[in-house]
Amino acid sequence: MKKILKGARVIDPNRKVDEVRDILVVDGSIAAMEKKINISGAQVIDLTGLILTPGLIDMHVHFREPGYEYKEDIETGSRSAAAGGFTTVACMPNTKPPVDNAMMVEYVKSRALKSGLVRVLPIGCVSKGLEGKEIAEMGDMVEAGAVAFSDDGRPVADSSLMRKALMYASMFDRVIIDHCEDPGLFEGGQVNEGYISTLLGLQGIPASAEETMVARNILLARETGTRVHIAHVSTKGSVELIRRAKAEGVKVTCEATPHHLTLTEEAVVGYDTNAKMNPPLRTKEDVEALLEGLKDGTIDVIASDHAPHSIDEKDVEFDKASFGIVGLETSLGLILNHIVGEGKLNLGQAIEKMTIGPARALGIDAGSLTIGKPADITVIDPDLEWTVDKNKFFSKGRNTPFHGWKLKGKAVLTMVGGKIVYADENISDDNINRAEILKASYK
Amino acid sequence: MRGGNTVLSQKHLLGLEKATKRDIEQILDTAESFKEIIDRDVKKVPTLRGKSVVNLFYEPSTRTRTSFELAGKYLSADTINFSSSGSSVQKGESLKDTAKTLEMMGIDAVVIRHSSSGAAEFLSRHVSAKVINAGDGTHEHPTQALLDMLTVREKKGTLSGFKVAILGDILHSRVARSNIFGFTKMGSEVYVAGPQTLMPREIEKMGAKVAKNMDEAIDGADVVMALRIQLERQKKGLFPSQREYSRLFGIDKKRLSLAKPDALLLHPGPVNRGVEISSEIMDGSQSVINEQVKSGVAIRMAVLYLLIGGARQ
Ligand SMILES: [Zn+2]
Repeated sequence: MKKILKGARVIDPNRKVDEVRDILVVDGSIAAMEKKINISGAQVIDLTGLILTPGLIDMHVHFREPGYEYKEDIETGSRSAAAGGFTTVACMPNTKPPVDNAMMVEYVKSRALKSGLVRVLPIGCVSKGLEGKEIAEMGDMVEAGAVAFSDDGRPVADSSLMRKALMYASMFDRVIIDHCEDPGLFEGGQVNEGYISTLLGLQGIPASAEETMVARNILLARETGTRVHIAHVSTKGSVELIRRAKAEGVKVTCEATPHHLTLTEEAVVGYDTNAKMNPPLRTKEDVEALLEGLKDGTIDVIASDHAPHSIDEKDVEFDKASFGIVGLETSLGLILNHIVGEGKLNLGQAIEKMTIGPARALGIDAGSLTIGKPADITVIDPDLEWTVDKNKFFSKGRNTPFHGWKLKGKAVLTMVGGKIVYADENISDDNINRAEILKASYK
Repeated sequence: MRGGNTVLSQKHLLGLEKATKRDIEQILDTAESFKEIIDRDVKKVPTLRGKSVVNLFYEPSTRTRTSFELAGKYLSADTINFSSSGSSVQKGESLKDTAKTLEMMGIDAVVIRHSSSGAAEFLSRHVSAKVINAGDGTHEHPTQALLDMLTVREKKGTLSGFKVAILGDILHSRVARSNIFGFTKMGSEVYVAGPQTLMPREIEKMGAKVAKNMDEAIDGADVVMALRIQLERQKKGLFPSQREYSRLFGIDKKRLSLAKPDALLLHPGPVNRGVEISSEIMDGSQSVINEQVKSGVAIRMAVLYLLIGGARQ
């Protein structure tokens, strides 16, 4: 089966490509990228006026299966990813039971294969049972296909355990992703510590709760010579610590989320539990520091921290509500509209943070358009205006503070291994067989 | 009733942050006129006959609950207590479910006390009844601040141009927050002081001035308000001991003498005698702690009247 993706502006930051090209897909792989490709017998998809990028990668999502399928399962999560333009996601292991052994890694892989949509890469636990006491069987998990390790949802609080985990994981060339939060400084925290926490009478989470752990991880990475990845950086201080560490040659990478880049603690006023996240939304100054960090390369990755919860876990008193929001279906739109659209990053930089950036942070062979490699491709309509409607999400989660936001720019076509796994209703091409896509995603 | 229009600018009384100066004046004026009823032999007027008020107390507080209950009864409203012991509240029914139940019952007003900040606002989004915040977590306690203001206004004749010192655990105090909004709106200056570990960040943005120490806050004050401290704060290491607290942050005769000679001493109660306030001044001539209790009933009558009865009159 041959497909020609015709006339799109191809942007591949890894190859420094930004020009109109045709792409030939044969048997699921990229067979050619030329100015003009004309082959008889191929299905031609006209993408004139659209942007074509390597398939987007989100290295930080929570698919909740097994154990919390009422929040999300691997299939609904995958569908949500495809609709958001993501072809690859790495999912966090804080399920019930947690993904802390090879069998669980196999389970996640098999469920993802069954849904057959996007590539779901399992992340294994750092510690057995997420208990933060003993390191998990990382070697076994690597053989089963774990792509990285994290106790996300919780920090690796014990510094000695973190040190051992970094050294041990380095034998398998896998990275540790840490949710940086000093449990003592966090204790009972609900929102950023500052004026808003004072006004609302909510327990504050100081910036130092994050920064002390970022600093610790940097020290451990320097000492062990191994790499650490800092999840969802949220404070100016963290950005400064990481910038300095990178300049010194310490192996550290990090990510920021679209919500920390677009919202401040003000979003919590009125006790909106959809603005309750961990780490919390911070101040304008922090947001500006994150943007600066993205621009100068301190921040390598944009990741959504997609964290679906049921309505009953959010429609409660603020201090009883779960932390987190869904992000896969709003991530790209927010970045295009509020980060690129407002001139804070150029389009190429933004796409870099969502393709080759995460691929490098995870150490996987993806995030670029390569002849002979699987055709994982995202097509973006940069001019498409749309309104975020939580009731139309493919995710089971409705927990978003962005409901009703008008955005410009959206993924309209997502292709994994040459197979179209999502086509937006706004893409008009007779050659896209909607019935077939629907069958694929709802089988 | 005194005054013309008796409708408040807000549908609910969730706090004083959004209350207008006019709202506050209206409530205080109404309360003043209601006070007379409390002194009558037959303490009952038919003003709220046929109205139902639920006291929904998720946190025990006999004082505040009784005060609201009496306020409702004096105005002939049907008041129902729904407290956390023995009710479905304790059986784990969510606040949302309770709200649904109340909604079905056709309640006119709900008085809520809850340990979660924002609980009153949350409830107001789920019921059509008027919601009165009787203390939500560490957020606001508007009727307490209003009764403090009523007490001061009665003694002083006005609420503007004063220096008000609020002292102690500001961080966890809903009383402090409501009083800061209330007194500053009425034209007074509010100074706060207490242990640095119990001082919330950026409180000056709320309109309060942070004093360097207790003495600076009290110096020349017209109103001195001490807040209750809780032992669990000591256990959490927010201050080292009650002994040291009383020595550094307690108010005794000497410290009170820094204030104006006619300064009033307030406390939301119950007082830890000898910790926040020495016994000597608590029972002294400047203390209006007992008057505060009476003002409390009048304020709650006024709030109920203005929210569920006022528009009908
Ligand atoms: Zn996390």
